Amino acid sequence: MLIGLPLSYWVAFSKWRWKFFVEAVVALPLVLPPTVLGFYVLIALGPQSPVGRWYESIAGHGLPFTFEGLVIASVLYSLPFAVQPIAAAFGSVDRKLIEASWMLGVSNSGTFFRVIVPQSWAGVMTGLILSFAHTLGEFGVVLMVGGNIPGVTRTLSIDIYDQVQGLNYSSAAVTSAVLLALSFVILCTVYGLNRKVWFFAADRRH
Amino acid sequence: MLLTADIEKKFQGGVGVQADLRVPDNAAITILFGPSGSGKTTILRCISGLEKPTAGKIVFKERDWTNLPPQRRPVGFLFQDYALFPHLRVRENIAYGTRGRMEIVDRVAAMLKVSDVLDRNPRELSGGQQQRVALARVLAREPELLLLDEPLSALDAATRDHVRSELAQLLRSLRIPAIVVTHDWVDALTLGDWMIVMAGGRILQTGPPQEVFTRPQHREVAAAVGVETVATARLLTRAGGVAMLEVGSAQLAAADPGTDNMEFYVCIRSEDVTLEKGRAQQSSARNHLRGTVLAVVPVGVLTRVIVDVGFELVALVTRQAVEDLQLAAGAEVFAVFKASAVHLIVKGI
Repeated sequence: MLIGLPLSYWVAFSKWRWKFFVEAVVALPLVLPPTVLGFYVLIALGPQSPVGRWYESIAGHGLPFTFEGLVIASVLYSLPFAVQPIAAAFGSVDRKLIEASWMLGVSNSGTFFRVIVPQSWAGVMTGLILSFAHTLGEFGVVLMVGGNIPGVTRTLSIDIYDQVQGLNYSSAAVTSAVLLALSFVILCTVYGLNRKVWFFAADRRH
Repeated sequence: MLLTADIEKKFQGGVGVQADLRVPDNAAITILFGPSGSGKTTILRCISGLEKPTAGKIVFKERDWTNLPPQRRPVGFLFQDYALFPHLRVRENIAYGTRGRMEIVDRVAAMLKVSDVLDRNPRELSGGQQQRVALARVLAREPELLLLDEPLSALDAATRDHVRSELAQLLRSLRIPAIVVTHDWVDALTLGDWMIVMAGGRILQTGPPQEVFTRPQHREVAAAVGVETVATARLLTRAGGVAMLEVGSAQLAAADPGTDNMEFYVCIRSEDVTLEKGRAQQSSARNHLRGTVLAVVPVGVLTRVIVDVGFELVALVTRQAVEDLQLAAGAEVFAVFKASAVHLIVKGI
């Protein structure tokens, strides 16, 4: 969220001509096989890279195969799922309202929190929920960067894979059912948000 | 000078705006007048800081605004569709730029008669109420200059006349200089005491509104303003739906304006005036004024004839008519027009 919101703002409002380049980079995880992304993240965070060395010098241990490393990989992987709906929502906020805010003496950041975010609430929630949900289900990147260490970097989807490998079908079925139900609830929430059927529904229509 | 704005704005693939705008210190309300696409809104947005001129300099009360961001200019901008925040109630809308000074919110709300709708959503308000809330929101920030972009165009015709005279009274009582963008000549005459006419991204003429209307210096100005005869008139009598007015040394009939005011501007479109040699026998037109031709000016296929009938009246006739009637300076003619061709605008509200 800390990275996604400012990035979305920038994607939605920047007039920089090379913006498409950054947009493409952000969207890369959508098309790239997770193992490819995982491979590069692993290299980038590894002890040979500046980032990896810097982190190791302050935290005392490396990033790969730890929970922190997994979080960084997840953020990168989920970024397009947050940035695209949020940037689209920001972009559809009536330009006049933003200008009205400026003309009333309110700074860019004040305008962001007092006009842009409230006006694109549904889009922001969609982005946050989708990226969270997506993190739950990821597999390839996690396996590459996180390894499979029980209690540290073992996620639900990898757990299922392990259970099936061990022919433990009943346990895999339970975890799968939980994930299925969770995903369904999350998607219902997202679609409901965008149809504005939930609590703040009536207020937001212009 | 209150404001000088020497603005050049280029657009990709379109005509740009190049205008050296000057608003004198004594102009309380300046009208920026022109057809759509004439660049008047661009000028307004450059003065507000929402648009950056390609080149130029903007100076307000000897302060250089050219590179100031919009937030740092003490400007109140009234948007065409008012741009009220739909997620905030009226009270929060008005308080938006006040940094929590609620006493000023109550004061401007009372001044604009919106105190009883403070807890409503902007959507629930009528067009006139929305405009007053938007004005209250702008005034709550105590601006030094007001910029109004087509303030009446979002209203339907029925409320427009009412809101226009309210707005005129309010702007005069505020003592904050204002620049009003409009393409409606009734707005210009009602609201303005200084007028800048634009077309095609250029300034064509500047001056008091009545003078601009009566003495357009360009064909484009005449076309843009649409009426060329504007004169001050005093009401004499009102009877049977007809008002008799004294204009200069002449008297003319107009449709009863239905107000108690005594002073008016009479506005007559030059297309509506017929010129005749000798008095017609019978006609439905109420006004037959004897006069002397002052000037004959060809305008494309038509000819502008300025006639002194006790005031200066402009008629637009064909070249053929000029020859048939032998119109030339000094010739005697009768100017004929219907009472319904005389448009009255209440003066000095």
